[in-house]
Amino acid sequence: MASEVAALSIAGLRKGFSGHLGIGRRTAVDGVDLSIRQGEIFGLLGPNGAGKTTTIKMVLGLLRPDEGEIRMFGMPSSDRAARARLGYLPENPYFYDYLTAREFLDFYARLQGVSSADRGPLVDRTLERVGLAGRADTALRKFSKGMTQRLGLAQAIQHEPDLVILDEPMSGLDPQGRREVRDLILELRDSGKTVFFSSHILQDAEMICDRVGILKAGRLISSGLLDELVSDTVRWFEVMVAGTLPAGVESEREAGRENEHLVRVPDVEALRELLDLVHAGEGQVVSVWPRRDTLEDLFLAQTLGDKPGA
Amino acid sequence: MLERHPSALSSIVAIGLNTFREAIRDRVLYLLLVFALIIIGVSRLLSLLTVGDEEKIIKDVGLAAISLFGVLTAVFVGVSLVFKEIERRTVYTLLAQPVARSHFLAGKFVGLFSVLLLNVVLMSTALFSLLAIRGESPWPLLPAVFLIAVELVVVTAFALLFSSLTNPVLSSVWTFAVYVAGHLSWSLLLLKDKVPEGIARWVCTGLYWLLPNFTRLNLKSHVVHGLELPDGYIGLAALYGLGYGVVVVALACWAFSRKEFL
Repeated sequence: MASEVAALSIAGLRKGFSGHLGIGRRTAVDGVDLSIRQGEIFGLLGPNGAGKTTTIKMVLGLLRPDEGEIRMFGMPSSDRAARARLGYLPENPYFYDYLTAREFLDFYARLQGVSSADRGPLVDRTLERVGLAGRADTALRKFSKGMTQRLGLAQAIQHEPDLVILDEPMSGLDPQGRREVRDLILELRDSGKTVFFSSHILQDAEMICDRVGILKAGRLISSGLLDELVSDTVRWFEVMVAGTLPAGVESEREAGRENEHLVRVPDVEALRELLDLVHAGEGQVVSVWPRRDTLEDLFLAQTLGDKPGA
Repeated sequence: MLERHPSALSSIVAIGLNTFREAIRDRVLYLLLVFALIIIGVSRLLSLLTVGDEEKIIKDVGLAAISLFGVLTAVFVGVSLVFKEIERRTVYTLLAQPVARSHFLAGKFVGLFSVLLLNVVLMSTALFSLLAIRGESPWPLLPAVFLIAVELVVVTAFALLFSSLTNPVLSSVWTFAVYVAGHLSWSLLLLKDKVPEGIARWVCTGLYWLLPNFTRLNLKSHVVHGLELPDGYIGLAALYGLGYGVVVVALACWAFSRKEFL
């Protein structure tokens, strides 16, 4: 069955770069294995310099791997038939400032093999889809960063590719822009597309990813379903207490407001004891916040060596 | 799912058209073009300052302006075309499309050469009109204009090659150096006879054959002075220039196909 073929499979991928004047060699990607299933949203996460963009560039053929194999829908990634099923948005895109949005999308539609009869309606639909219909004839030099990002997304999705690769798609966007990109990614997944994106904005990844992989120093140190990686059980409670803390209770740290303390307790039993003590004393409970492991906890644990929930 | 990708020709045409659009929206092009037209326009004034046939001076200056400003356009507009795509990373999204790298480069070549051809046509029209107004037939100049266009194929190919390999400043210097060296390549044969036997002679002979011989494509003095040309000369010269251009474009494609985009 076609659906059993991975949208993107990467095996034993390695890439190194020579140092200044050819002295020394830095490994950017070190034996990465990945398999992205059709129809899922996969987030490739990692701190700056972890090898995310290098991995994506090798998938696109912009860099040659030192070792390893990359296949798209079972075909070598360099195959033009495979490329025809791909859409790509680079990080901080910049496009031809002498073109208008309509000219730009028409140019890309030509390269995507769209017939001249279909191009006009397709471009109009795409501009509408990304909210740029009113700016169709505006020169790109007048576009804001958010508009350029939306136009970049437009060229990546207008030919209905099966696999959409987005490199830091939320980078530099305001909250509304991030939300629009998130919605668009979910919309792509709902229409059966596969989305592979890199990000260092963990909240966004947590909201939309089916699976994530975490890269650190070129190695894939964790990969799996988000639900499996991030536990849904409550790991600890954070209690905000105003006034004087009962004797023997230590605050985790001073809260933002004056005379408020953040107390951390490990379970429900300890929480009940704390609430009783505060109630009996002179303090007042302001809030109780059950904390679960987040992707951020996992990410920090994996990349910095912290333990989640510790 | 739409499993379609464009034909090689359609990719080349699309990229060529975009390159053409980029170049004709570049102010440098208009600056050069206007300057060239002014030179052609005032060539009559130059003829008043010199002794000799007015028409011949107008033809000489006009053809020289077409050639020189064509080359300057190739150098100043052409050398940054590929470099800008790399520097601004627009090449990333282009090469992510089902487009071969060689098609990308061929499209760039087609686009730039189309601009140069348009320039040559505009400048020639100005020169021919000037001659026609003075009651002189401009058509004998056509073979020279044709071979100027062939010369520009070679210069464009070099601009593309250097633009794929290095930055615009170095590309300009190298492209212009090849243009000048190509016009003076005959002097390498003279030099060969003056240097001692050995490596120096080999170098002179090697460079003479390696560099484009633009003297072969220069018919300006022939058409201005009405000199006879051997039978089939224009065809052979055009074949030489176009063949040379194809080899340099192929070399540029090879260099570009090995390029890594860091």
